[in-house]
Amino acid sequence: MTVITTTKDVQNLTLTLVAEFDATPDRVWEVWEDPRKLERWWGPPTFPATFTRHDFVVGGESRYFMTGPAGETPRGWWRIDAIDKPRRLDFANGLAGDDGEPTPDVEPMSGHVTFEAIDSGTRMTAVTHFIDTMQMQTFLDMGMQDGMTQAIGQIDTLLSPAQV
Amino acid sequence: MVVRSGLAEDEIDRIFGALADPTRRDILGRAIRREQSVSALARRYAMSFAAVQKHVAVLERATLITKERSGREQIVHANRATVGKAVTLLGNYEQLWIQRAKQIADILANPKGEQT
Repeated sequence: MTVITTTKDVQNLTLTLVAEFDATPDRVWEVWEDPRKLERWWGPPTFPATFTRHDFVVGGESRYFMTGPAGETPRGWWRIDAIDKPRRLDFANGLAGDDGEPTPDVEPMSGHVTFEAIDSGTRMTAVTHFIDTMQMQTFLDMGMQDGMTQAIGQIDTLLSPAQV
Repeated sequence: MVVRSGLAEDEIDRIFGALADPTRRDILGRAIRREQSVSALARRYAMSFAAVQKHVAVLERATLITKERSGREQIVHANRATVGKAVTLLGNYEQLWIQRAKQIADILANPKGEQT
């Protein structure tokens, strides 16, 4: 059974997701490394992603677009900053213009993902760090917010002393 | 535009601008735990009373805290509603990543992508 937990750190604009999968680290790594697998999960169901480039090596870059319900195709890119297969992956994820190339005035988000073998399979920890709200908004405007529900009901948990 | 955070952009900028400074984050964190007097806060930081007051003013402008006078003291309270709104943006990304993790689980259960 897949177990998913998340932590929102408002002070540091960081989101952490921990998911435990019933599969080996090698197999979980594959869904990041293989662009055909990656595009089956990167975009929300209403905005499936297509990766036109995926150089999965340190310093390598990716280009992708998503296809929205109205036929819109927001574009994005990755840059791989660190790879330790199948344990760790650091990457930057930015927005691209209509030409598919990085938009210079929007800083990329940074993602740090670790894969740890556990008895039941793999614990994957994905940490996303944002720089500011403009960045967060711009990415959401890309359409990824479509179909998502607001998570404001968890305010009390978030405001508990342990997390603030 | 598909922004559904319920906040105007300049309001969001003020909130996160206020949270961009470590002293202000610390002040807010303390105020969330319990109300604080400005003078008690000022004793905690290696900076002048005026400097601490300035940080408090920034937090106040971002409506993250409210200030009230109690005798000769100024008491700082956290405004939970605003702090709560500030997490909404993160909440959207949280939903996105939960969805992603579920889709990964589906792929792992069905590697070839056959219809089930």
